Amino acid sequence: MVKNNYTVLIADDDPDYLFQVAFYLRKAGYEVVAVESQAEAEQVILKMKPDIAVFDLMMESDDSGFILCYKLKRKYPEVPVILATAVARETGVSFGLNSEQEREWIRADLYLEKGVRPEQLDQEIRKLLKI
Amino acid sequence: MAQLKVLVVDDESGIRSGVARILGNFHVTYPFMDEDYTFSILEAATGEEGIEIIDRDMPDIMLLDNKLPGIQGVEVLEYVRKKNLDIVVAMITSYASIDVAVRAHNDGAIDFIPKPFTPQELKTSIEQITKQLYLRRITNTLKVEGRKVRFQFLSVLSHELKAPLNAIEGYLRLMQERQLGNSLDDYASAVERSLQRIESMRNLIMDLLDFTKVSFERHLENMQEINLKDLVSMAIVTVSPYAIHKDIGFNTDIRRCGKIWADPNDFEIILNNLISNAVKYNRNGGTVTVTVDCSEDDFTISVADTGIGMNADEREMLFEEFSRIKNEKTRNISGSGLGLSIVKKVVELYHGVIEVTSEPERGSVFKVIIPKMQVTNIQSQNENTTGKNS
Repeated sequence: MVKNNYTVLIADDDPDYLFQVAFYLRKAGYEVVAVESQAEAEQVILKMKPDIAVFDLMMESDDSGFILCYKLKRKYPEVPVILATAVARETGVSFGLNSEQEREWIRADLYLEKGVRPEQLDQEIRKLLKI
Repeated sequence: MAQLKVLVVDDESGIRSGVARILGNFHVTYPFMDEDYTFSILEAATGEEGIEIIDRDMPDIMLLDNKLPGIQGVEVLEYVRKKNLDIVVAMITSYASIDVAVRAHNDGAIDFIPKPFTPQELKTSIEQITKQLYLRRITNTLKVEGRKVRFQFLSVLSHELKAPLNAIEGYLRLMQERQLGNSLDDYASAVERSLQRIESMRNLIMDLLDFTKVSFERHLENMQEINLKDLVSMAIVTVSPYAIHKDIGFNTDIRRCGKIWADPNDFEIILNNLISNAVKYNRNGGTVTVTVDCSEDDFTISVADTGIGMNADEREMLFEEFSRIKNEKTRNISGSGLGLSIVKKVVELYHGVIEVTSEPERGSVFKVIIPKMQVTNIQSQNENTTGKNS
């Protein structure tokens, strides 16, 4: 599997989660750009075009992930975005891409609960990149 | 494309047509708005005419001149407020006296556009107003659902509790799969990070327990005469390992304030949280100053630090549950985001207030002011209750 032509941008303010995901994805052959904040991710988007992005939802603000989605999609509508968050559905707050309305609002291609195994993330990325 | 109706109330026709021209091809965009907002203009030359249009067409935004031939702008504004209409109002005015400005602001005008204005000035204001309107409507929708606050608490809690578990699980899997190498040394930082995450999770759980405790009724049998001097000393001792590590010095100035009846646990919570924050968010080698002072009616506990401070935006969200100020400077400071909301709850139990003044890079001062009367009242309630029970 040669994947190092593909660059994954990951933004997550949990340094441990970021380290772990970046570690696995690099091992799986991706180029990884890993940043810890919405602000840094915005800087990256200005300078380069990733092939796919994985954003944490809550960083500096509760909706950092949404804002990053919006900004990335405005610049590169074709780049797929995965939103990851540890906010659980069992609390009654479910925001996913379940309804048409949500899909319209949240311009992400996939919504993942955090704690997803890295292999699964790799699979989802491959699906979205069609490789 | 969504269209917002903008009503311009101004007796100068030049202003009205100017606004119509400038906004005619203007649009505003905002994250998650799928469509841009455009504007259609309604015009009124007098306040009376303005009110007629409000009743008939229900505009979204109103640009309002104060100085009008008949009724004045502020009266139109008052009409909007009294009928509780969902219209965002900005005053356009060449000269606004302080009185008018204050009155208009109190009646809900959110912006002032000075006259004469450039097209860019108008556009900037309209952009702000549109965002405000958009957010206000979203917030209203959420309020209608009512349960939002509780859900938010639960969802953030679940986020905060799950994140460290995920991190620790991730490190354990790295070990299980021997991803970082075969020697135990290869995993030193993974182990260290896991331990840190466990520590911060433990703190969160402790804070959470405090939080549930103060949400309940006061246990009146716990009320007793407290000695603030001892409680302050205890709180300083509790935080001293960390303070020594950061080379923080303490100054205390505790005035005798007569008898204070309270649940000592409550004041332990207040002092522990404020003093440990003052150490946590201090610079290395900084100082924490704790003073207790009193007047006839109340007593004041003040905790000052010489740390990183906060800006106005950060101050505003400070007492909300789970609101942690996230920036470069706080990145390596761990906290549950519950401490200050707990303090606020406790202080309010004693009918007190908590205030903060702060300056970025200079430090913050937290002041808890509690009326002496209230503390005595709780005491007499206590006696009453005991009386009934016996």
